[in-house]
Amino acid sequence: MERAARRALGLLNRFAPALAFIGLLILWEVGCRVFKVPTFLLPTPSMIVAGAREQTFAIWGTHLWATVRVALMGYLAAICVSIPLAVALTSSKLLARTLYPMIVVVHSTPIVAIAPIIVVTLGASDLPRVVITFLITFFPIVVTTTTGLLSTPEELIELSRSLRADRSREMLNIRLPYALPYIFSALKISTTLAVVGAVVAEFVAAEQGLGYFIQFATSFFKINQSFVALILLVTTSLAFFQFIGLLQRILAPWSLPKSER
Amino acid sequence: MTSPPSVISFNGVNQTFTRDDGATVSALENLSFEIGKHEFVAVLGPSGCGKSTLLRLTAGLVFPTGGDVSIYGAKVTEPRDDIGIVFQRPTLLPWFDVLGNVTFPFRHKYGRVTQAEKDRAHDLLKLVGLEEFAKARVEQLSGGMQQRVGIARALLLDPDILLMDEPFSALDALSRDEMSFELLRIWTERPKTVLFITHSIPEAVLLADRIIVMTPRPGAVREVLQVELPRPRSFDSLSDPRFNALANHIRSRLFTRQAV
Repeated sequence: MERAARRALGLLNRFAPALAFIGLLILWEVGCRVFKVPTFLLPTPSMIVAGAREQTFAIWGTHLWATVRVALMGYLAAICVSIPLAVALTSSKLLARTLYPMIVVVHSTPIVAIAPIIVVTLGASDLPRVVITFLITFFPIVVTTTTGLLSTPEELIELSRSLRADRSREMLNIRLPYALPYIFSALKISTTLAVVGAVVAEFVAAEQGLGYFIQFATSFFKINQSFVALILLVTTSLAFFQFIGLLQRILAPWSLPKSER
Repeated sequence: MTSPPSVISFNGVNQTFTRDDGATVSALENLSFEIGKHEFVAVLGPSGCGKSTLLRLTAGLVFPTGGDVSIYGAKVTEPRDDIGIVFQRPTLLPWFDVLGNVTFPFRHKYGRVTQAEKDRAHDLLKLVGLEEFAKARVEQLSGGMQQRVGIARALLLDPDILLMDEPFSALDALSRDEMSFELLRIWTERPKTVLFITHSIPEAVLLADRIIVMTPRPGAVREVLQVELPRPRSFDSLSDPRFNALANHIRSRLFTRQAV
């Protein structure tokens, strides 16, 4: 008797998030129908599902790929620039003093505000969108990686110096691996930002992409289709995030917090 | 009779630091002492007396503002190959297993690890009693075991001189006693010239041949004491009247101006 109760509780624990989610969907569906909320204000879940079928698979694919492509390129560019930049900032006081104010100024600039300028300057290709994504993504990676590189225990630096190893070895063998937990955190945070960057860029100028599609669909009051695009964006963000988590699990399991191993 | 040539010698060493506000602070003042071959010398003093600075001066990581530090008669101008350091915290590398941590100095210095070094590392792990843990992850080890790995790491390049910076101060009292005897056993098996920094009076008395007692800031030599306890030392040494007499003497010297 007691065992059965405990098992039921265990099942409830495991499926509680899914149940809550399904409950919310049902509430949404029923609420919209009961209060007769117009579709162009808030479509019901069933209308969103129907909305997915109003466009062909190929069209969804084209828009999804356009956004994923820009987000990925901007993200990779940000990683390629940020990590060496963080290494430079921690290696030389002069470089840190010279570059840091510039980085902060770039970060303080509202990217949404300069996005139209960037589009005018860089023309109508993927390039302006990738640059906008890059600008939104790179700052947290630089800051967090720098913090990680500076968090190396002093003793290990002294050990390195006592072995008369040069600075590049110190960076490669001690500081960078020590910063990996920080770097992976930064990479996880930035996945969401990369998708945000791509969408913002598409709002400003694009002929395809999920951000573009949302603007396009809402202007024709096809809110249910916008919701489909939104779901695709959320899924993209989650997939990016999970991929980085997987990468960390494979490449550097030791850098995960104990609870996640 | 001529005294044997010293391994480490401090000659009138002064060390001053410039604080951020521009004021100069004296950390060590006119420090002179000699340490002989395979001698175990403990440096004992209150926190902030510059003990750690003294160790870093010997290691060639910092340089005195006055006087000089020599090893085997040569002035220390850079870190030397014949010195191993054990730090207060073990600071092992979490991405290597235990063996990888012990061989790390070689890998870091020469870029790769040879089989000979791996064999040496295995021998050292046996010496510190961790031969079964070669493949273990660092985080699975207790504090005492981690510090054993730290000692094995310091011994990898077979240094003549072992510098130890309060190596057991982060351990609980029981592991600490255990590690003291372990260290004496290791030192008997692999004789080294040891400079052992500590703020524990019993630890210094139990381990050392000689104790250099320091004054608080600025650090200077208050007294150098010979420890007349026979070796090998064991738990019995702790109840030797000479142990308590010396410990009490040091206590009275350290706390002269703070009578309760």
